[in-house]
Formats: sequence, C-alpha cells, structure tokens
Amino acid sequence: MALNISISAEPIFNFGQFEFTNSMLVSLLVTLGLSILAVSFSLYLQSKRKSNFFVFIQTILESFYEFVQSIAPQQAGRFFPLIASIFLFVMFASWAGLLPGVETIFWHGVPLFRGGTADLNITLGLAIFAVISIQIYGYKTLGMKYFKKFFDFSNPINFFVGFLELISEFARIMSFAFRLFGNIFAGEVLLAVIAFLVPVFASLPFMGLEIFVGFIQALVFATLTLVFINIATTSHH
Amino acid sequence: MSDSNVIVGATIAIGSIAPALAIGLIVSKALEAIGRNPEAAAKVQTVMILGVAFAEAIAIYSLVIALILKFV
Repeated sequence: MALNISISAEPIFNFGQFEFTNSMLVSLLVTLGLSILAVSFSLYLQSKRKSNFFVFIQTILESFYEFVQSIAPQQAGRFFPLIASIFLFVMFASWAGLLPGVETIFWHGVPLFRGGTADLNITLGLAIFAVISIQIYGYKTLGMKYFKKFFDFSNPINFFVGFLELISEFARIMSFAFRLFGNIFAGEVLLAVIAFLVPVFASLPFMGLEIFVGFIQALVFATLTLVFINIATTSHH
Repeated sequence: MSDSNVIVGATIAIGSIAPALAIGLIVSKALEAIGRNPEAAAKVQTVMILGVAFAEAIAIYSLVIALILKFV
C-alpha cells in the first residue's frame, strides 16, 4: 500500500472543458444536506409539534446568535444569516473529510470523495465571496462614502494609506483561503501519514484533534468575516 | 534523502519558529488577563482564539509551501 496524497482535488468526470472534482461532489452533498435541514427546520417552526432533534438545532443556532451579538451588538440580526451560513458550511465541509470512506473509496482510479474545504478552489471561492460581501455590506451601510477609504485624494499620505487598504483587501482573500485550506489539508495529510505508520487505533486522538480543528477554523472564518464587516460598516471620520 | 526533502523540512521548520513564539506570547498574556479578571474569561478567550488563528496562519503559509514543494 502506497501513501496516496494529492494536493489538488482530482476530477471524477468532465462536462466538456469543466472538470467536476471530488471536493465539489462533497461540497454539493453538504450544501444539499444543509438545505434539506434548513427547509425541514422552517417547516418544523411553522407546525406545532415537538421534536428533540430540532430543539437541539435551535439551541446551537441560538448560542451562535448570542456569539454574533457579542461581536456586533446592534446589527446581529442583519449579519447573522451570512455568518451562520459560512460557519455551518465550512464546519460540515471540513468534517465531511473525516467520515469513513472519504479518500479511500476509489472510482476510475481517483478517490470519489474528498473533504470539501481540502481543495484550494473551494476555499478561494469562499474567501472571494466573503470579501465581496464585506464590500457590499460596507457600501449598503455607508453609501459612496465607503469607497473613500480606498481612493482618498485629499493629500498624498491619505492616498498612500488608501492604496494600502486596497492591497489589504486582496491580502485578506489570500489569508482566508490559505488558512482554511492549509489547516484542513494538513489535517488530512497528518491522518494519512499516521494511518500509514500505525494501522490501528493510533489515528483516533488525531481524529478528535481534526474535529476540533474543523470547528475552530469554521469559527475563525466566520468570526473574521463578522469582524471585517463590523469594521467596514462603521464610518471612520 | 535528496536535497529537496531537506529544503521541504527546512521550510516548515524555520517557518514555524516565529508563529510558535507568537502563539506562546498570546496565550501567556491571555492567561495573565484571565488571572487578573476571571469574569472576562469568555471575552478574552474569543479574542485569544482569533489572535492565535492569525499567528497560526503564518505557520500554515509555510506548511502550504512545504506541501507544494513536496507533492507538486
């Protein structure tokens, strides 16, 4: 048995030029699962019956709402849907990579499943989406005044500071994308290497570590988006 | 053991020195703050985890570069 590690997601089939990769399949399944959960949860809220499972979900969402409220006290309700979606998607896409069968079931020579966020394309997409929504929230709250932060012609120093602000927005995309991808992919490499060295039991504590890392990285991704939105929606001068 | 393996090892080894020191400093300061004011523990923890994630990201960059050097 050889150690099989690929840094990029492998295509499982093609639509013409477009390669459908194993990470996309897992992300799609996670999105589908979360959507079904969301629809059934809203149906449950309209009906009057009791269900332990949905009460559990409600508890999680409420504690997360309190967390959002502790960072953005005035506008928690406005930011919560975006932040909670990012948090839930990133967390479950990372945890999906730990399920048995992921990276081990082969189909036409490539693994059929791969952790959703263990692919740079998906974390980069998420990062671009997060940074663009930061700009949109900033624009919706402050109007054209928001872009004054980037293009300030009042004096040379402010112009240079605005230029640096513009660069830092792009640096945010890279740091969001590489932080998430690096953590999750490093975790999968760690698990593969440990399973390769000691076949049984040794990877169990690392499995627990990876569950924690997936949760923390989702929390960090969501919290950073929230903090940046909070900064973007407060006027400076 | 080829040269490229040594470079991969050196990348992650040198790249994780500074983040290790940074994480140590952040957590020690956070523990001091919690020791002084235990009621603020929850607030300090949130900010601490954010700071640790920022510091850790730097180690992750060198890890990504090491992985790219190794597997691509």
